[in-house]
Amino acid sequence: MAPSPAGRRVRLAAISSGGGHWVQLQRLRPAFADCDVTFLTVKEGYRSDVGDAGFRVIPDANRSNKLKLLRTALVVFWQLFRLRPDVVISTGAAPGYFGIRAGKLLGARTIWVDSVANVEELSMSGQRIGAHADLWLTQWPHLARPTGPFHVGSVL
Amino acid sequence: MIFVTVGTDLPFDRMVKVIDEWAGATGRKDVFAQIGETEFRPRHLAFSKFLEPPDFVRNFSQASTIVAHAGMGTILSALRYEKPILVMPRRASLGEQRNEHQLATAKRLSEMGKITVAFDEAELRRCLEDLGRLQPREKIGAHASPALIQGLKDYIHSGRHPARPGGAPPHAA
Repeated sequence: MAPSPAGRRVRLAAISSGGGHWVQLQRLRPAFADCDVTFLTVKEGYRSDVGDAGFRVIPDANRSNKLKLLRTALVVFWQLFRLRPDVVISTGAAPGYFGIRAGKLLGARTIWVDSVANVEELSMSGQRIGAHADLWLTQWPHLARPTGPFHVGSVL
Repeated sequence: MIFVTVGTDLPFDRMVKVIDEWAGATGRKDVFAQIGETEFRPRHLAFSKFLEPPDFVRNFSQASTIVAHAGMGTILSALRYEKPILVMPRRASLGEQRNEHQLATAKRLSEMGKITVAFDEAELRRCLEDLGRLQPREKIGAHASPALIQGLKDYIHSGRHPARPGGAPPHAA
């Protein structure tokens, strides 16, 4: 697995829904230094947060509307197919879940950082993504398990 | 200025109604509330259903105090910009959210000394009376913990797993 072919920077796609998921994704940014970063999120209004990085708007969705979920899945897959990222990272929720699934299918290294808001158990998407994320993290030590999710630190 | 926010499009009338009554009773005119998609019309608050991110940031930075649902985005911003914050968790049992994670978040962060929490309307009324004495909590930096940043950075560039002996990616082909 060689995500950074010689001669070019690592292409990284960072994907999340809005609100707290987006704020947490922004707090990870120093980890993306030295990468060509494209952010994918659900509100045009967040564009000013990302400076020179790439920015794509995707439709939001949650479990309560299957049709919207399908639309989000298709758009996320298409956007990532075009971006051809070496690494996909997400802080959730549904759009991030699809981002990890699509990234994995496209051969990217995938990272899920479960939201710090999930204190007592991982979110539904956070639990289900464990089988697909190469690096599967919780932000709470008491939720870590020997086979994942793992705990390394938090956005706090 | 006191900035009230329910964080999303989802209404949180239970919180906004108490604040509206409090503003009416005390005559406070400097309260602005983002209230979500709701039929409820505050009588004593300036309000807006939604705020675009730049407007949210402007209100947030001008505010002396934040009163909000227990959303992590708002809480992280309050800690980072040293704003005193009072939060009330949305309850799934009352149809205000899909699961009870705000209740769990509020409990845990309150125990950690990060936020002041009003768990119900009565507690919110009491906390509003003392709002002038609410202090900002310990400031957090602009970014996640150094351990998380470094672990991610290493993994992005080398594939070395930060928590697994040997560092092999768990699902490498």
